[in-house]
Amino acid sequence: MAVMKKKGNKSLPPISTASLPDVIFMILFFFMVSTTMRDQELLVRYKLPEATEVQKLEKKSLVSYIHIGQPSLAMQAKFGTAPRIQLNDSYKTTKDILDFVAAERDKLSEADRASMTICLKADGTTKMGIVTDVKQELRRANALKISYAASKSLGY
Amino acid sequence: MATDKRKVQEINAGSMADIAFLLLIFFLVATTMNTDTGLARMLPPIPPEDQKQEEIKVKERNLFLVLINGSGQIMAGQPGKQEFIELRDLKDKTKEFVLNPLDDADLPEKEEKEFDLPDGSKWVYPVSSGVVSLQTTRDTGYQPYIMVQNELARAFSEIRDEVAMRKFGDKLASLTEEQRNVITKAVPLKISEAEPRTIKK
Repeated sequence: MAVMKKKGNKSLPPISTASLPDVIFMILFFFMVSTTMRDQELLVRYKLPEATEVQKLEKKSLVSYIHIGQPSLAMQAKFGTAPRIQLNDSYKTTKDILDFVAAERDKLSEADRASMTICLKADGTTKMGIVTDVKQELRRANALKISYAASKSLGY
Repeated sequence: MATDKRKVQEINAGSMADIAFLLLIFFLVATTMNTDTGLARMLPPIPPEDQKQEEIKVKERNLFLVLINGSGQIMAGQPGKQEFIELRDLKDKTKEFVLNPLDDADLPEKEEKEFDLPDGSKWVYPVSSGVVSLQTTRDTGYQPYIMVQNELARAFSEIRDEVAMRKFGDKLASLTEEQRNVITKAVPLKISEAEPRTIKK
């Protein structure tokens, strides 16, 4: 009596997809909350050095980036492979850092200017010469809070 | 027929998933997830040019020089006593220098300082006056430089952890903010970065 009879001819009822949008919306909200907008296109290639004692950069709005590294593959035909400094969306020299810092500082409100941080994203194979030049320019521009970008590693 | 017209027709929600997918893919492409991490440092302010720069005299016993050359070799020690060392030994050497556990006359002086604890009491701790001076050449790689900076930061954070353990019975990371500030003042991160040496050939 309790044994069900197999009905070979009948096909399975279709799976309801009514909750599919809800699932997708959930994933969407997760990504909207946990990610930040990509703000600039990279013209240099870098592989960050690794360190164990890294700290998270606290407020993204107070951080300005200076990228140092070889020009990206598409740009190498034009600019060669010598390390370059990228500020905003173009290659710059160390002389432009003063203006860059001033412009970035103007974007912030009066109260936040003291806590402006410069994040130096330099390739691990860069020589210290160019990094030191940048640091000297930053000192001259009175942007003293810096962060050497490094990726978190668990130890050597 | 008349009854049909009054009824509001149900909106087909079948394409809702497609719309949500589109939005999802847009956000996947247009955003980044990686949070930036790095070694935070303060640069020294540049001295005014018209003002005559007075050499800041640091006693030899309070100075610990770390030099990195172009091939990533590290030389460390107090002035006159530098030697080649491996990266893995740098942390312990720095700790020994800063802490000066045996009150050696050649290692840095300590200055008794009084701190106000969050619970209202006072705490006297001998603050080391040792300064770690990091020097590079222009052709030093950035990777060895960051590795050395990291080792120095590790030395200081281990000292802070030890002091926090002795004083508050817990690691620095699990203290309250006020307690952490006290420890940070008691063990200041004193790393001075000199301008690179120019090698004359």
